[in-house]
Amino acid sequence: MIEAVHLTKRFGDFTAVHDASLTVRAGEVVGLLGANGAGKTTLILMILGLLRPAEGTVRLFGEPPSRRSRARVGYVPQGLGLYSDLTVAENLEFGAAVFGIEALPLDPGLGPDGDRLIGTIPWGTRRRVSFAMALQHRPDLLILDEPTSGVDPLARARLWNQIRRAAEGGAAVLVSTHYMDEARQADRLVLMAAGDIIVEGTVAELIGDAVTAQVEAADWQGAFTALDEASLPVMLDGRRTRVPGGDRAVIENLLRSAGVAARTTEVPATLEEVMVLADGPG
Amino acid sequence: MWGTTDVTVRFGPVTALESVTLTVEPGVVTAVVGGDGAGKSTLLRVIAGLVAPTEGRAARPPDRCIGFVPTGSGVFRDLTVAENVEFVAGAYGVALPSERVDDLLRRSGLSGFTDRLAGTLSGGERQKLALVTALLSEPLLLILDEPTTGIDPVSRMMLWRLMAATAARGAAVVFSTSYLDEAERAGVVMLLDRGRSLAYGTPDDLIRQVPGKVVTTDEPTDPARAWRHGARWRQWSPDGTLPGELVEARLEDVAIVAALAAGGGS
Repeated sequence: MIEAVHLTKRFGDFTAVHDASLTVRAGEVVGLLGANGAGKTTLILMILGLLRPAEGTVRLFGEPPSRRSRARVGYVPQGLGLYSDLTVAENLEFGAAVFGIEALPLDPGLGPDGDRLIGTIPWGTRRRVSFAMALQHRPDLLILDEPTSGVDPLARARLWNQIRRAAEGGAAVLVSTHYMDEARQADRLVLMAAGDIIVEGTVAELIGDAVTAQVEAADWQGAFTALDEASLPVMLDGRRTRVPGGDRAVIENLLRSAGVAARTTEVPATLEEVMVLADGPG
Repeated sequence: MWGTTDVTVRFGPVTALESVTLTVEPGVVTAVVGGDGAGKSTLLRVIAGLVAPTEGRAARPPDRCIGFVPTGSGVFRDLTVAENVEFVAGAYGVALPSERVDDLLRRSGLSGFTDRLAGTLSGGERQKLALVTALLSEPLLLILDEPTTGIDPVSRMMLWRLMAATAARGAAVVFSTSYLDEAERAGVVMLLDRGRSLAYGTPDDLIRQVPGKVVTTDEPTDPARAWRHGARWRQWSPDGTLPGELVEARLEDVAIVAALAAGGGS
Protein backbone atom coordinates (compact mmCIF):
# COMPACT_ATOMS: atom_id res chain seq x y z
CA MET A 1 0.00 0.00 0.00
CA ILE A 2 2.87 2.33 0.90
CA GLU A 3 6.16 1.90 -0.87
CA ALA A 4 8.59 4.67 -0.04
CA VAL A 5 12.05 4.14 -1.45
CA HIS A 6 15.24 6.05 -0.55
CA LEU A 7 13.41 9.24 0.43
CA THR A 8 15.49 12.30 1.24
CA LYS A 9 14.16 15.75 2.09
CA ARG A 10 16.20 18.85 2.80
CA PHE A 11 15.09 22.24 4.06
CA GLY A 12 18.01 24.53 3.18
CA ASP A 13 21.08 23.00 4.81
CA PHE A 14 19.01 20.82 7.07
CA THR A 15 18.36 17.22 6.07
CA ALA A 16 15.02 16.35 7.64
CA VAL A 17 14.83 12.83 6.21
CA HIS A 18 17.77 10.91 4.86
CA ASP A 19 17.52 7.89 2.57
CA ALA A 20 14.42 6.47 4.26
CA SER A 21 12.67 3.43 2.82
CA LEU A 22 9.39 2.20 4.27
CA THR A 23 6.82 -0.36 3.20
CA VAL A 24 3.39 -0.82 4.75
CA ARG A 25 1.36 -3.76 3.45
CA ALA A 26 -2.40 -4.27 3.44
CA GLY A 27 -3.68 -5.41 6.83
CA GLU A 28 -0.52 -4.37 8.62
CA VAL A 29 -0.20 -1.85 11.48
CA VAL A 30 3.19 -0.12 11.45
CA GLY A 31 4.28 2.22 14.26
CA LEU A 32 6.58 5.13 13.47
CA LEU A 33 8.66 6.14 16.50
CA GLY A 34 11.18 8.86 17.16
CA ALA A 35 11.84 12.07 19.05
CA ASN A 36 10.66 15.46 17.82
CA GLY A 37 12.81 16.45 14.87
CA ALA A 38 13.57 12.82 14.02
CA GLY A 39 11.74 13.27 10.71
CA LYS A 40 8.45 11.43 11.32
CA THR A 41 6.12 14.20 10.18
CA THR A 42 8.25 15.08 7.14
CA LEU A 43 8.18 11.40 6.14
CA ILE A 44 4.39 11.26 6.57
CA LEU A 45 3.89 14.43 4.52
CA MET A 46 5.99 12.97 1.68
CA ILE A 47 3.95 9.77 1.81
CA LEU A 48 0.73 11.79 1.64
CA GLY A 49 2.12 13.66 -1.37
CA LEU A 50 2.04 17.00 0.46
CA LEU A 51 5.81 17.41 0.35
CA ARG A 52 7.96 16.53 -2.65
CA PRO A 53 11.05 14.47 -1.80
CA ALA A 54 14.43 15.76 -3.02
CA GLU A 55 15.39 12.18 -3.81
CA GLY A 56 13.56 8.88 -3.87
CA THR A 57 10.04 7.87 -4.82
CA VAL A 58 6.74 7.22 -3.10
CA ARG A 59 4.12 4.88 -4.45
CA LEU A 60 0.67 4.60 -2.91
CA PHE A 61 -1.40 1.67 -4.17
CA GLY A 62 1.19 1.22 -6.90
CA GLU A 63 1.14 4.78 -8.26
CA PRO A 64 2.61 8.17 -7.33
CA PRO A 65 0.57 10.14 -4.72
CA SER A 66 -2.25 12.07 -6.39
CA ARG A 67 -5.79 13.26 -5.72
CA ARG A 68 -6.95 9.81 -6.72
CA SER A 69 -4.77 8.07 -4.15
CA ARG A 70 -5.69 10.71 -1.55
CA ALA A 71 -9.32 9.60 -1.86
CA ARG A 72 -8.27 6.18 -0.56
CA VAL A 73 -6.41 7.55 2.48
CA GLY A 74 -7.86 8.31 5.92
CA TYR A 75 -5.75 10.76 7.91
CA VAL A 76 -6.05 11.75 11.58
CA PRO A 77 -3.64 14.65 12.13
CA GLN A 78 -2.38 15.55 15.60
CA GLY A 79 -4.67 18.58 15.70
CA LEU A 80 -7.58 16.30 14.65
CA GLY A 81 -8.49 18.42 11.59
CA LEU A 82 -12.08 19.24 12.60
CA TYR A 83 -14.05 22.46 12.11
CA SER A 84 -14.71 23.80 15.59
CA ASP A 85 -17.61 26.03 14.50
CA LEU A 86 -19.52 23.15 12.85
CA THR A 87 -21.46 20.52 14.78
CA VAL A 88 -20.38 16.89 15.06
CA ALA A 89 -22.91 15.85 12.40
CA GLU A 90 -21.97 18.74 10.08
CA ASN A 91 -18.28 17.84 10.29
CA LEU A 92 -19.04 14.25 9.30
CA GLU A 93 -21.38 15.34 6.48
CA PHE A 94 -18.79 17.75 5.16
CA GLY A 95 -16.10 15.06 5.31
CA ALA A 96 -18.39 12.63 3.50
CA ALA A 97 -19.17 15.21 0.79
CA VAL A 98 -15.45 15.81 0.19
CA PHE A 99 -15.02 12.09 -0.49
CA GLY A 100 -18.26 11.94 -2.48
CA ILE A 101 -20.02 9.46 -0.21
CA GLU A 102 -23.19 9.51 1.88
CA ALA A 103 -22.52 10.31 5.53
CA LEU A 104 -23.01 7.19 7.66
CA PRO A 105 -25.52 7.24 10.52
CA LEU A 106 -23.88 8.62 13.66
CA ASP A 107 -22.10 6.10 15.83
CA PRO A 108 -24.41 5.45 18.83
CA GLY A 109 -21.69 6.67 21.17
CA LEU A 110 -21.65 10.02 19.39
CA GLY A 111 -25.42 10.27 18.85
CA PRO A 112 -26.18 12.49 21.85
CA ASP A 113 -23.51 14.97 20.74
CA GLY A 114 -24.58 15.15 17.07
CA ASP A 115 -25.89 18.71 17.27
CA ARG A 116 -23.13 20.12 19.44
CA LEU A 117 -20.39 22.35 18.06
CA ILE A 118 -17.00 20.64 17.96
CA GLY A 119 -15.52 23.59 19.84
CA THR A 120 -17.77 22.88 22.84
CA ILE A 121 -17.26 19.12 23.32
CA PRO A 122 -14.53 17.34 25.30
CA TRP A 123 -11.27 16.52 23.59
CA GLY A 124 -11.85 12.77 23.91
CA THR A 125 -15.16 13.01 22.04
CA ARG A 126 -13.55 15.16 19.34
CA ARG A 127 -10.98 12.47 18.88
CA ARG A 128 -13.73 9.92 18.24
CA VAL A 129 -15.29 12.26 15.68
CA SER A 130 -11.93 12.65 13.96
CA PHE A 131 -11.62 8.85 13.80
CA ALA A 132 -15.15 8.49 12.42
CA MET A 133 -14.26 11.15 9.84
CA ALA A 134 -11.08 9.36 8.76
CA LEU A 135 -12.79 5.96 8.56
CA GLN A 136 -16.18 6.73 7.00
CA HIS A 137 -14.99 6.49 3.38
CA ARG A 138 -13.46 3.07 4.16
CA PRO A 139 -9.90 4.04 3.34
CA ASP A 140 -7.35 1.50 2.14
CA LEU A 141 -4.63 3.36 3.99
CA LEU A 142 -4.97 4.95 7.42
CA ILE A 143 -2.37 7.43 8.64
CA LEU A 144 -2.62 8.46 12.29
CA ASP A 145 -0.44 11.05 14.00
CA GLU A 146 -0.37 10.35 17.77
CA PRO A 147 -3.95 9.16 17.65
CA THR A 148 -4.74 8.62 21.32
CA SER A 149 -2.99 11.47 23.15
CA GLY A 150 -4.93 12.59 26.22
CA VAL A 151 -7.46 9.74 26.10
CA ASP A 152 -8.23 7.52 29.09
CA PRO A 153 -7.06 3.89 28.90
CA LEU A 154 -10.45 2.33 28.19
CA ALA A 155 -11.27 4.88 25.48
CA ARG A 156 -7.80 4.29 24.03
CA ALA A 157 -8.48 0.55 23.93
CA ARG A 158 -11.74 1.26 22.10
CA LEU A 159 -10.00 3.44 19.52
CA TRP A 160 -7.46 0.69 18.97
CA ASN A 161 -10.33 -1.73 18.36
CA GLN A 162 -11.37 0.54 15.49
CA ILE A 163 -7.86 0.72 14.11
CA ARG A 164 -7.50 -3.07 14.24
CA ARG A 165 -10.89 -3.58 12.62
CA ALA A 166 -9.78 -1.36 9.72
CA ALA A 167 -6.57 -3.41 9.39
CA GLU A 168 -8.49 -6.67 9.48
CA GLY A 169 -10.68 -5.26 6.71
CA GLY A 170 -7.50 -4.96 4.63
CA ALA A 171 -6.38 -1.40 5.32
CA ALA A 172 -2.72 -0.58 5.78
CA VAL A 173 -2.13 1.51 8.91
CA LEU A 174 0.77 3.84 9.73
CA VAL A 175 0.75 5.31 13.26
CA SER A 176 3.26 7.81 14.57
CA THR A 177 3.63 7.95 18.34
CA HIS A 178 5.83 8.93 21.25
CA TYR A 179 4.13 6.56 23.63
CA MET A 180 5.07 2.99 24.41
CA ASP A 181 1.49 2.00 25.35
CA GLU A 182 0.62 2.79 21.77
CA ALA A 183 3.74 1.40 20.14
CA ARG A 184 3.05 -2.02 21.64
CA GLN A 185 -0.18 -2.18 19.63
CA ALA A 186 1.66 -2.18 16.28
CA ASP A 187 2.71 -5.30 14.33
CA ARG A 188 6.00 -3.74 13.38
CA LEU A 189 7.88 -0.62 14.46
CA VAL A 190 10.12 1.77 12.58
CA LEU A 191 12.44 3.90 14.69
CA MET A 192 13.77 7.20 13.33
CA ALA A 193 16.52 9.39 14.77
CA ALA A 194 17.95 12.55 13.21
CA GLY A 195 16.30 11.92 9.83
CA ASP A 196 17.39 8.30 9.49
CA ILE A 197 15.44 5.12 9.90
CA ILE A 198 17.80 3.39 12.28
CA VAL A 199 16.03 0.14 13.01
CA GLU A 200 12.78 -1.64 12.29
CA GLY A 201 11.08 -4.76 13.55
CA THR A 202 8.87 -6.03 16.35
CA VAL A 203 9.16 -4.66 19.88
CA ALA A 204 11.41 -7.61 20.77
CA GLU A 205 13.57 -7.07 17.69
CA LEU A 206 13.99 -3.35 18.40
CA ILE A 207 15.06 -4.05 21.93
CA GLY A 208 17.41 -6.79 20.68
CA ASP A 209 20.14 -7.26 23.24
CA ALA A 210 20.08 -3.67 24.54
CA VAL A 211 20.47 -3.75 28.29
CA THR A 212 19.84 -1.47 31.21
CA ALA A 213 21.69 -1.54 34.49
CA GLN A 214 19.16 -1.78 37.29
CA VAL A 215 20.11 -0.64 40.75
CA GLU A 216 18.22 -1.76 43.83
CA ALA A 217 19.06 -0.08 47.10
CA ALA A 218 17.25 0.35 50.41
CA ASP A 219 18.37 3.99 50.17
CA TRP A 220 17.07 4.49 46.62
CA GLN A 221 17.27 8.26 47.02
CA GLY A 222 20.98 7.97 47.77
CA ALA A 223 21.58 5.65 44.82
CA PHE A 224 19.59 7.82 42.41
CA THR A 225 21.28 11.02 43.55
CA ALA A 226 24.81 9.56 43.34
CA LEU A 227 24.29 8.32 39.77
CA ASP A 228 22.36 11.42 38.71
CA GLU A 229 25.14 13.70 39.94
CA ALA A 230 27.66 11.65 37.97
CA SER A 231 25.63 12.68 34.86
CA LEU A 232 24.60 9.13 34.00
CA PRO A 233 21.27 8.89 32.11
CA VAL A 234 19.28 7.72 35.13
CA MET A 235 15.61 6.80 35.15
CA LEU A 236 13.52 6.16 38.22
CA ASP A 237 11.36 3.03 38.22
CA GLY A 238 9.35 2.89 41.43
CA ARG A 239 12.17 2.57 43.94
CA ARG A 240 14.72 1.20 41.50
CA THR A 241 17.12 3.27 39.47
CA ARG A 242 17.72 2.31 35.84
CA VAL A 243 20.68 3.36 33.74
CA PRO A 244 20.09 2.49 30.06
CA GLY A 245 23.32 1.23 28.51
CA GLY A 246 25.08 1.82 31.83
CA ASP A 247 28.33 0.03 32.64
CA ARG A 248 27.92 -2.07 35.78
CA ALA A 249 31.47 -1.63 36.98
CA VAL A 250 31.27 2.17 36.68
CA ILE A 251 27.95 2.22 38.52
CA GLU A 252 29.17 -0.05 41.30
CA ASN A 253 32.23 2.15 41.77
CA LEU A 254 30.16 5.33 41.98
CA LEU A 255 27.80 3.78 44.50
CA ARG A 256 30.69 2.46 46.58
CA SER A 257 32.33 5.88 46.79
CA ALA A 258 28.97 7.42 47.71
CA GLY A 259 28.64 4.82 50.46
CA VAL A 260 25.35 3.43 49.16
CA ALA A 261 24.81 -0.30 49.56
CA ALA A 262 23.12 -1.55 46.39
CA ARG A 263 22.68 -4.48 44.08
CA THR A 264 23.23 -3.85 40.39
CA THR A 265 21.98 -6.25 37.73
CA GLU A 266 21.70 -6.13 33.96
CA VAL A 267 18.14 -6.39 32.65
CA PRO A 268 16.70 -6.05 29.14
CA ALA A 269 16.09 -2.42 28.16
CA THR A 270 12.57 -1.12 27.63
CA LEU A 271 11.43 0.20 24.27
CA GLU A 272 11.53 3.75 25.58
CA GLU A 273 15.09 3.29 26.80
CA VAL A 274 16.06 2.00 23.36
CA MET A 275 14.60 5.17 21.85
CA VAL A 276 16.52 7.36 24.25
CA LEU A 277 19.75 5.43 23.60
CA ALA A 278 19.17 5.79 19.85
CA ASP A 279 19.00 9.54 20.19
CA GLY A 280 22.34 9.72 21.95
CA PRO A 281 23.05 11.67 25.12
CA GLY A 282 20.53 14.47 24.80
CA MET B 1 1.09 14.68 55.62
CA TRP B 2 0.00 16.55 52.47
CA GLY B 3 -2.75 15.80 50.02
CA THR B 4 -6.51 15.47 50.19
CA THR B 5 -8.94 13.73 52.55
CA ASP B 6 -12.42 12.87 51.21
CA VAL B 7 -12.35 15.86 48.90
CA THR B 8 -15.41 16.62 46.77
CA VAL B 9 -15.41 19.55 44.36
CA ARG B 10 -18.53 20.81 42.61
CA PHE B 11 -18.61 23.51 39.99
CA GLY B 12 -22.31 24.42 39.82
CA PRO B 13 -24.11 21.25 38.78
CA VAL B 14 -20.90 19.46 37.78
CA THR B 15 -19.13 17.20 40.27
CA ALA B 16 -15.46 17.38 39.28
CA LEU B 17 -14.17 15.27 42.19
CA GLU B 18 -16.01 12.91 44.47
CA SER B 19 -14.59 11.94 47.83
CA VAL B 20 -10.96 11.62 46.74
CA THR B 21 -8.27 10.85 49.29
CA LEU B 22 -4.71 11.14 48.02
CA THR B 23 -1.59 11.36 50.17
CA VAL B 24 1.54 12.86 48.66
CA GLU B 25 4.54 11.69 50.60
CA PRO B 26 7.94 13.34 50.81
CA GLY B 27 10.52 11.43 48.77
CA VAL B 28 7.91 9.76 46.56
CA VAL B 29 6.73 10.45 43.00
CA THR B 30 2.94 10.10 42.87
CA ALA B 31 1.11 9.79 39.53
CA VAL B 32 -2.53 10.74 38.91
CA VAL B 33 -3.75 8.96 35.78
CA GLY B 34 -6.86 9.59 33.72
CA GLY B 35 -8.18 10.91 30.44
CA ASP B 36 -9.56 14.28 29.52
CA GLY B 37 -12.25 15.26 32.06
CA ALA B 38 -11.25 12.68 34.69
CA GLY B 39 -10.62 15.41 37.27
CA LYS B 40 -6.80 15.34 37.28
CA SER B 41 -6.32 19.09 37.02
CA THR B 42 -8.94 19.80 39.66
CA LEU B 43 -7.28 17.35 42.05
CA LEU B 44 -3.83 18.88 41.53
CA ARG B 45 -5.25 22.38 41.94
CA VAL B 46 -6.89 21.39 45.21
CA ILE B 47 -3.56 20.03 46.43
CA ALA B 48 -1.87 23.27 45.34
CA GLY B 49 -4.50 25.36 47.14
CA LEU B 50 -5.81 26.92 43.92
CA VAL B 51 -9.27 25.34 44.18
CA ALA B 52 -11.15 25.09 47.46
CA PRO B 53 -12.82 21.75 48.18
CA THR B 54 -16.62 21.84 48.43
CA GLU B 55 -16.30 19.07 51.03
CA GLY B 56 -13.34 17.42 52.70
CA ARG B 57 -9.90 18.72 53.58
CA ALA B 58 -6.63 19.47 51.80
CA ALA B 59 -3.25 19.85 53.50
CA ARG B 60 -0.18 21.49 52.00
CA PRO B 61 3.01 23.25 53.04
CA PRO B 62 3.14 27.08 52.99
CA ASP B 63 2.71 28.56 49.48
CA ARG B 64 6.36 29.51 49.07
CA CYS B 65 7.33 25.86 49.52
CA ILE B 66 5.10 24.71 46.64
CA GLY B 67 6.21 24.48 43.01
CA PHE B 68 3.30 24.29 40.56
CA VAL B 69 3.61 23.71 36.81
CA PRO B 70 0.19 24.04 35.12
CA THR B 71 -0.74 22.31 31.83
CA GLY B 72 0.83 23.99 28.84
CA SER B 73 3.71 24.99 31.12
CA GLY B 74 3.19 28.57 32.34
CA VAL B 75 6.32 30.41 31.29
CA PHE B 76 6.47 34.00 30.03
CA ARG B 77 6.64 33.59 26.27
CA ASP B 78 7.87 37.09 25.54
CA LEU B 79 10.76 36.83 27.96
CA THR B 80 13.97 34.94 27.19
CA VAL B 81 14.92 31.76 29.03
CA ALA B 82 17.36 33.73 31.22
CA GLU B 83 14.75 36.44 31.92
CA ASN B 84 12.18 33.84 32.92
CA VAL B 85 14.66 32.37 35.38
CA GLU B 86 15.67 35.83 36.71
CA PHE B 87 12.07 36.90 37.17
CA VAL B 88 11.08 33.82 39.15
CA ALA B 89 14.36 33.83 41.10
CA GLY B 90 13.67 37.48 42.01
CA ALA B 91 10.17 36.63 43.21
CA TYR B 92 11.56 33.93 45.52
CA GLY B 93 14.65 35.88 46.56
CA VAL B 94 17.05 33.36 45.01
CA ALA B 95 20.44 35.01 44.40
CA LEU B 96 21.82 34.80 40.85
CA PRO B 97 24.16 33.76 39.32
CA SER B 98 23.92 30.44 41.05
CA GLU B 99 25.64 27.16 40.48
CA ARG B 100 22.39 25.36 41.15
CA VAL B 101 20.52 27.31 38.48
CA ASP B 102 23.28 26.66 35.93
CA ASP B 103 23.12 23.00 36.87
CA LEU B 104 19.33 22.89 36.43
CA LEU B 105 19.58 24.55 33.02
CA ARG B 106 22.33 22.17 31.94
CA ARG B 107 20.44 19.10 33.09
CA SER B 108 17.34 20.17 31.24
CA GLY B 109 19.34 20.77 28.06
CA LEU B 110 18.58 24.52 28.09
CA SER B 111 22.08 25.94 28.67
CA GLY B 112 22.49 26.75 24.99
CA PHE B 113 19.17 28.61 24.77
CA THR B 114 19.35 31.22 27.52
CA ASP B 115 18.88 34.15 25.08
CA ARG B 116 15.96 32.59 23.21
CA LEU B 117 12.45 33.89 23.78
CA ALA B 118 10.45 31.25 25.61
CA GLY B 119 7.73 31.63 22.96
CA THR B 120 10.11 30.31 20.30
CA LEU B 121 11.07 27.15 22.21
CA SER B 122 9.59 23.76 21.36
CA GLY B 123 6.86 22.41 23.64
CA GLY B 124 9.34 20.11 25.36
CA GLU B 125 11.85 22.89 25.96
CA ARG B 126 9.16 25.19 27.36
CA GLN B 127 7.98 22.45 29.66
CA LYS B 128 11.53 21.92 30.92
CA LEU B 129 11.92 25.67 31.48
CA ALA B 130 8.69 25.71 33.49
CA LEU B 131 10.04 22.88 35.64
CA VAL B 132 13.37 24.64 36.14
CA THR B 133 11.61 27.82 37.33
CA ALA B 134 9.35 25.77 39.62
CA LEU B 135 12.46 24.19 41.18
CA LEU B 136 14.28 27.48 41.85
CA SER B 137 12.76 27.86 45.31
CA GLU B 138 13.63 24.23 46.21
CA PRO B 139 9.97 23.34 46.86
CA LEU B 140 8.93 20.74 49.42
CA LEU B 141 5.93 19.92 47.24
CA LEU B 142 6.22 19.87 43.45
CA ILE B 143 3.00 19.61 41.42
CA LEU B 144 2.99 19.12 37.64
CA ASP B 145 -0.15 18.97 35.50
CA GLU B 146 0.46 16.75 32.43
CA PRO B 147 4.12 17.72 32.12
CA THR B 148 4.85 15.25 29.32
CA THR B 149 1.77 15.45 27.07
CA GLY B 150 2.93 15.86 23.49
CA ILE B 151 6.59 15.82 24.59
CA ASP B 152 9.05 13.56 22.81
CA PRO B 153 10.84 10.69 24.60
CA VAL B 154 14.16 12.48 24.98
CA SER B 155 12.73 15.62 26.60
CA ARG B 156 10.38 13.41 28.56
CA MET B 157 13.31 11.53 30.01
CA MET B 158 14.98 14.79 31.09
CA LEU B 159 11.76 15.94 32.74
CA TRP B 160 11.42 12.61 34.48
CA ARG B 161 14.95 12.73 35.67
CA LEU B 162 14.53 16.20 37.21
CA MET B 163 11.26 15.15 38.84
CA ALA B 164 12.83 11.99 40.25
CA ALA B 165 15.91 13.89 41.48
CA THR B 166 13.58 16.31 43.26
CA ALA B 167 11.85 13.42 45.03
CA ALA B 168 15.21 11.78 45.77
CA ARG B 169 16.33 14.82 47.73
CA GLY B 170 13.16 14.56 49.83
CA ALA B 171 10.41 16.61 48.17
CA ALA B 172 6.92 15.26 47.52
CA VAL B 173 6.28 15.14 43.76
CA VAL B 174 2.86 14.63 42.21
CA PHE B 175 2.07 14.76 38.48
CA SER B 176 -0.77 13.87 36.13
CA THR B 177 -0.65 11.90 32.89
CA SER B 178 -2.94 9.94 30.57
CA TYR B 179 -0.24 7.32 29.92
CA LEU B 180 0.18 4.23 32.05
CA ASP B 181 3.70 3.40 30.88
CA GLU B 182 4.69 6.65 32.52
CA ALA B 183 2.69 6.07 35.69
CA GLU B 184 4.33 2.65 36.03
CA ARG B 185 7.56 4.36 37.04
CA ALA B 186 5.97 6.31 39.90
CA GLY B 187 6.07 5.11 43.49
CA VAL B 188 2.31 5.52 43.99
CA VAL B 189 -0.45 5.72 41.39
CA MET B 190 -4.07 6.90 41.52
CA LEU B 191 -6.39 5.98 38.64
CA LEU B 192 -9.00 8.70 38.30
CA ASP B 193 -12.17 8.36 36.22
CA ARG B 194 -15.04 10.87 36.09
CA GLY B 195 -13.96 12.44 39.35
CA ARG B 196 -13.64 9.21 41.31
CA SER B 197 -10.62 7.21 42.38
CA LEU B 198 -10.82 3.77 40.75
CA ALA B 199 -7.62 2.42 42.25
CA TYR B 200 -4.82 3.75 44.42
CA GLY B 201 -1.54 2.19 45.50
CA THR B 202 1.91 1.19 44.31
CA PRO B 203 2.00 -0.11 40.71
CA ASP B 204 2.86 -3.60 42.00
CA ASP B 205 -0.08 -3.60 44.42
CA LEU B 206 -2.52 -2.45 41.76
CA ILE B 207 -1.36 -5.22 39.42
CA ARG B 208 -1.62 -7.83 42.19
CA GLN B 209 -5.10 -6.68 43.20
CA VAL B 210 -6.80 -7.08 39.82
CA PRO B 211 -10.06 -8.96 40.55
CA GLY B 212 -10.41 -12.22 38.61
CA LYS B 213 -7.86 -12.59 35.83
CA VAL B 214 -6.73 -11.20 32.51
CA VAL B 215 -6.18 -13.67 29.66
CA THR B 216 -4.91 -13.32 26.14
CA THR B 217 -6.92 -14.82 23.31
CA ASP B 218 -7.52 -14.68 19.55
CA GLU B 219 -11.32 -14.86 19.89
CA PRO B 220 -12.84 -12.89 22.74
CA THR B 221 -15.93 -14.56 24.18
CA ASP B 222 -17.15 -11.36 25.81
CA PRO B 223 -16.35 -8.38 23.55
CA ALA B 224 -17.57 -5.87 26.15
CA ARG B 225 -14.74 -7.04 28.42
CA ALA B 226 -12.10 -7.43 25.71
CA TRP B 227 -9.53 -5.05 24.30
CA ARG B 228 -6.77 -5.21 21.72
CA HIS B 229 -3.19 -5.99 22.38
CA GLY B 230 -1.50 -5.87 19.01
CA ALA B 231 -3.17 -8.34 16.68
CA ARG B 232 -4.47 -10.38 19.63
CA TRP B 233 -7.03 -9.61 22.35
CA ARG B 234 -6.97 -9.40 26.08
CA GLN B 235 -10.06 -10.21 28.05
CA TRP B 236 -10.98 -9.69 31.66
CA SER B 237 -12.69 -12.51 33.49
CA PRO B 238 -14.11 -11.09 36.75
CA ASP B 239 -14.62 -14.51 38.34
CA GLY B 240 -11.42 -15.95 36.90
CA THR B 241 -13.14 -18.88 35.17
CA LEU B 242 -12.33 -17.95 31.57
CA PRO B 243 -9.99 -20.31 29.73
CA GLY B 244 -7.08 -18.72 27.91
CA GLU B 245 -3.46 -17.90 28.39
CA LEU B 246 -2.93 -15.95 31.60
CA VAL B 247 -1.05 -12.71 30.98
CA GLU B 248 1.25 -10.77 33.19
CA ALA B 249 -0.97 -7.71 33.52
CA ARG B 250 0.53 -4.28 33.08
CA LEU B 251 -0.78 -1.12 34.67
CA GLU B 252 -2.55 -0.39 31.39
CA ASP B 253 -4.61 -3.59 31.72
CA VAL B 254 -5.32 -2.72 35.36
CA ALA B 255 -6.71 0.66 34.33
CA ILE B 256 -8.93 -0.87 31.65
CA VAL B 257 -10.24 -3.51 34.08
CA ALA B 258 -10.87 -0.83 36.73
CA ALA B 259 -12.85 1.28 34.23
CA LEU B 260 -14.86 -1.77 33.11
CA ALA B 261 -15.54 -2.78 36.71
CA ALA B 262 -16.79 0.75 37.43
CA GLY B 263 -19.23 0.40 34.52
CA GLY B 264 -17.22 2.73 32.30
CA GLY B 265 -17.19 2.91 28.55
CA SER B 266 -20.02 3.14 26.07
